Order: sequence, then structure tokens, then C-alpha cells
Amino acid sequence: MNIHEYQAKEILRNEGVPIPPGEVASTPEEVERIAKQYGGTVVVKAQVHAGGRGKAGGVKLAKTPAEAKEVAEKILKLHIKGLPVLKVLVTPAADIANEAYVGIILDRASKKPVFMVSPAGGIDIEEVAEKTPEKILKLPIDTRYGLQPYQASRLGFFLFDDVKKVRAAAKIMQSLYTAFMKNGCSLAEINPLVTTPAGDIVALDAKMVIDDNELDRHPELAELRDESAEEPSEVMARNANLTFIKLDGDVGCVVNGAGLAMATMDLVKYYGGEPANFLDIGGSSNPEKVVNALKIITSDPSVKAILFNIFGGITRTDDVANGIVTATKQNPLKVPIVIRLTGTNEEIAMKILEENGFSASSDMDEAVKRAVELAKGGKAA
Amino acid sequence: MSVFIDKSTTVIVQGITGRDGSFHTKQMLEYGTKIVAGVTPGKGGQLFEGTVPIFNTVAEAMAATNANTSVIYVPPLYAADAMLEAADAGVKFIVAITEGVPVLDMTRVYPFVKEKGARLLGPNCPGLITPGESKVGIIPGRICTPGSIGVVSRSGTLTYEVVYQLTRAGMGQSTCVGIGGDPINGTNFIDCLAAFEADPKTKAVAMMGEIGGTDEQEAAAFVKQHMKKPVVGFIAGQTAPPGRRMGHAGAIISGSSGTAAEKIAAFEEAGIGVAKRPMDFVELLKARM
Repeated sequence: MNIHEYQAKEILRNEGVPIPPGEVASTPEEVERIAKQYGGTVVVKAQVHAGGRGKAGGVKLAKTPAEAKEVAEKILKLHIKGLPVLKVLVTPAADIANEAYVGIILDRASKKPVFMVSPAGGIDIEEVAEKTPEKILKLPIDTRYGLQPYQASRLGFFLFDDVKKVRAAAKIMQSLYTAFMKNGCSLAEINPLVTTPAGDIVALDAKMVIDDNELDRHPELAELRDESAEEPSEVMARNANLTFIKLDGDVGCVVNGAGLAMATMDLVKYYGGEPANFLDIGGSSNPEKVVNALKIITSDPSVKAILFNIFGGITRTDDVANGIVTATKQNPLKVPIVIRLTGTNEEIAMKILEENGFSASSDMDEAVKRAVELAKGGKAA
Repeated sequence: MSVFIDKSTTVIVQGITGRDGSFHTKQMLEYGTKIVAGVTPGKGGQLFEGTVPIFNTVAEAMAATNANTSVIYVPPLYAADAMLEAADAGVKFIVAITEGVPVLDMTRVYPFVKEKGARLLGPNCPGLITPGESKVGIIPGRICTPGSIGVVSRSGTLTYEVVYQLTRAGMGQSTCVGIGGDPINGTNFIDCLAAFEADPKTKAVAMMGEIGGTDEQEAAAFVKQHMKKPVVGFIAGQTAPPGRRMGHAGAIISGSSGTAAEKIAAFEEAGIGVAKRPMDFVELLKARM
């Protein structure tokens, strides 16, 4: 789960990371009031779950409250990578002598959180890694022992020569690590970590990604979720315990299991179609899940055909068949449907579908081909 | 011969009285798996289905049965503790079925299990089956048949799909292993490939990977350097958008790395047959055996 910059800053501030003040606003008028209160130049920053905000015009300096209001009007009308900007963070502009990068990422290869620090901050760290890898120090941390003081100090010495600054940086490393572990993060990043002309070290931007699997353990973090910043159909799916990702195509897919769901989308593409979504109804499906899945798929106007691909293991195919029948009785379908079922209770499922006027096949390849044809305006069988 | 489990495998079920644990224990017993004990704290002394003794701790279950394998069905927030408990009690093969285990928990479990000299499979995996001998986990027994194809996969139902087609084409399996869809897991592709290469019963390998991470690329390098047996592979997620987690916690393209295209290229470079569709395994394997 992504959280906004202002939320990540709040968490890090509470752990003792020095962060300049800031306030969130959702109207230009509020922005003007906040800018007046700070006095001097402010930065207005779009709060949206997308990288490249600066390049997209989502981060602007404003010298006066009137100018702050003006830039906020523009930013609050932006869509960045398809997502609407609904909130901005207003913060006093800082004088910058030097920018560094500090981040922790949960690394699959070493199976540990890995610290990454670089004196070349303020820009995309992937770019630094590619062009000047010698400017990055990577340090894996054994979570059974945690970040040791000598490690924090080594990270600090990679960024600064002055011992006072190294100590300040090491303290920030400890705070960042504590926040990372306490909040079940898969990523926590300060970019840039700035040195001011007065020699203070402060975090000007922060990003945190929380492992979805941690949310049951941290209900307070689940509350940080900003549903207005997400695709509405994805919010609906999550509330129904379905994994759903909206895509641009026209074949709506309902599948059990993530691997099979991806393979089904790939096969749609293989036969010249475009999948409208990824949707995994999960293992122990009940008819209710199928009803919700169909509701979500049919609410997308670009869907021209619906494809069910169910391999019954733990999933009972008769549950799925009952779900299809119930859902289509409540809301008759306006687009053709192709059903592929095989596995647990297949005979019962086929009978239920037949009695209710549906035909189903047990062959994945055939079903996918058919769904692609139908989405392209082919005749229903 | 087979890989990781066979007729002689003795199994402890952790979470045997839970909804999933009890359902799948019955299925495993029916398949012929030697379930020697169950563990549910507070239910020690009872019997599961009138036959399997239940213990409060894995240590007690081990003292009474000396099992070599445990399978874990406990809820996500308790699963890491269950893995640590099994390793600490001396279990040598730990199969964690549970989906949704916090990834940071696994950063503590992985090195501990390794130091104890145990093998971990999963979490978030369907387990494994040696057809006709034993199954540990949730793979449906009736879609498998004994034979000589080794199957290894990051997915559950996609594995069933491929195994089902192999079985229908008369191509039985030596062992089918689901390594799971999480970013940090125990047994990886290379562990399974090495085991299949060493197993005299296995004649060829079917491997199903997906987007995210570099496990498949490393597996391809291993195949090129160390394997004589033919391997056919498939990568799911060719149409997945970058930056989105496709169901499995580990199925995510980060930046420009972990794409299907780079994995397929690695397969081709290593001489692995590339299945464009799940249906292509049968023909590609036949052509290589």
C-alpha cells in the first residue's frame, strides 16, 4: 500500500527525523492561507501515488500567498499518470547546499532490508544506480539484530566527511530503520536528504510503501489508505476481498489463482485480444465472491465480452456456477460470456449452468479464443 | 526415487484443527500421506478424525514421532512463528502453505531455518506431490499420475492446469513442487532443478515462472551450466503492467526489472524450450525426450 508524502513525513517526524513543517490542503484558498501563515517562499506539492511529480508540473515554488493560490489551482486540476491530484502539501522553501539519497528497500535477492545511500540525491536513484553505481552504498541488514551503530555510522561516512554531520545522518538512519520495521514497510525513502547552508540536515521528501500483508497487524496504517486516490473499481474489489487490477482492453477476465489469471490474460493477448483486467477470485471461493466479481467487471463500459477460467482445486466449480447464475439473475448481462470450468464438482457445475441457459467448456484454449472473437463483435454461439 | 518426499515421508500438520488444516489433512490422509501428528496449542491429547494424535507443541510432536516433515496451515500473522518452531524442534523439511505472511517476518525466518539445516518450501505455496506416493499441501491428487516429468512452479492453479494437460497426454510426473508466489521464500527454482537433475526417475522438467524478481534468470543460468535433462519453461504475466502487484506478493515488475520479456530471453539463451501457451508443454517436452 502506498501512502502519501505528508503521511510518510508524519511517521518519520514522530521517529525523530528532522523534517520542515508542512500542511495539507485541498483548495487553492487553503493553500493561500497556509502560505500567508508561513510567510516567504513556499513549495506546493501534489499528493498523489505516482513518481515523476516534478516533471509532470506537480511541484511548484511560490514567492507570495497569491502566487501559491495560483499554482495550487493549476496543480489541483492535474492528472499525474492517470491519477487526479486531490491534495497538495504546502511547506516553506528550504535553502539547499547539498542533496543526498537515503532509502531502505526489502530486497528479494539477499532476503533482507537493504540500505541504499548516495551523495547524489534529488534525482531518480535507479538512474544513479545505472550511470554511476560507485556513488551508491548498499548495506543489507539482518533484521534479527537490527541496524547496528557501526553500520549507521558507515552509511553516514559515505555521505559526509564532517563528523558532526555524520552523527546527525547516522541518527536519521536509525530513525528511518525503526520506522521501516515498526510499520511493516517494503520501501522507505528520503530523497532528497538536504544539507542547508547553515549545516543542518533535513528530509525534504519522503516515501513509504507498506506491505499489504502487514495491514491486519497495523489497523492504524490501514486507515491511512486514501481511496479517493485509487481506481474506484479497485477499491470496490478490495472491499469484496478480490484482487483486481484494471487494464485497458475489452475482454473481462474472472480467474481463480494469480498465476492462472496472468496466464489467461497472456492467452487473450496471444489470440489478438486485450484483457480488460486482472481478477483473482482466490482459493476458497463462495458464490458471493463470483457475484461481486461480475458486478465489478460489468460496471466497466469498455468490457465487450466476459471470460471465466476456473480450475477447481480448493475452489468448487459448482460454487462458481451458482454465483454466475445468481449474479446474472440480479443483473442480466449486456455482453456475451464464455465460461471454462474444470476440476472439483465439474459435472454438477455444468448441469447448473445448462439448466440456466449457459454453455460451458472445459478447454482453456478454446474458451479464450472464443472470448476474443466475441469481444471483436463475433456472433454468440 | 523422487524429489523431497516419497512413501516414507512422515508429516506433522501445524494448525490441524483449523478450517484449511483439517480439510487438507483429510485429503492428504485419503491420498496415502503418512500424517503422524498434528499440532494445535490447547488441543494436545485429542485425536484428529479418531486417528492422528494432536500435540500442544511441535517439540512434543517431534519427541513422540520424530517426523521428518511438517506442513503449516496456521493464519498469516502466526505463520512465521510456526516455521521457527518447526525448525527449532528439528523438523528437516518445512512446507508453509499460508498465504499473506508479512514479508519482513520472513527476513527473520529464512536465516534461522538455514542455520538449523532445514529446508523450507513456501510460504504462499500449494506444497508438493509425488504422485502415487505422498502429497504434502493442497495440490489435488486426482489430476496427477506417476511418471517422469518433474514440475516446478511459482503458482498454484497454473500448475494444476499444466499437470492436468500432462496427465491427459499420458505424461506422468515424478514430483510436482510449488515454490510459492512470495518475494522471500525458502526453496527456489535452482534447488528444485538440481534435485530433478539428480533424481534418476525424472527425465525432463516443466518449469512455470512469472514476472517479478530474478529467480527465473538465475534458474536459466543454472540450466545452461549444470543440467543435462531437457527443460521447458513458461512465464506468466506478459501482459502485466509495471509497478502493480499481480495477486502474488512477488509478482511485480519494479522499474524495468522482472519483466516477462527478460525472463523469456534468459530461457532462450539457456536452451530452455519456451512454452508460449500453457498448452504447449506437452508438445515441447515430447520433442525433447
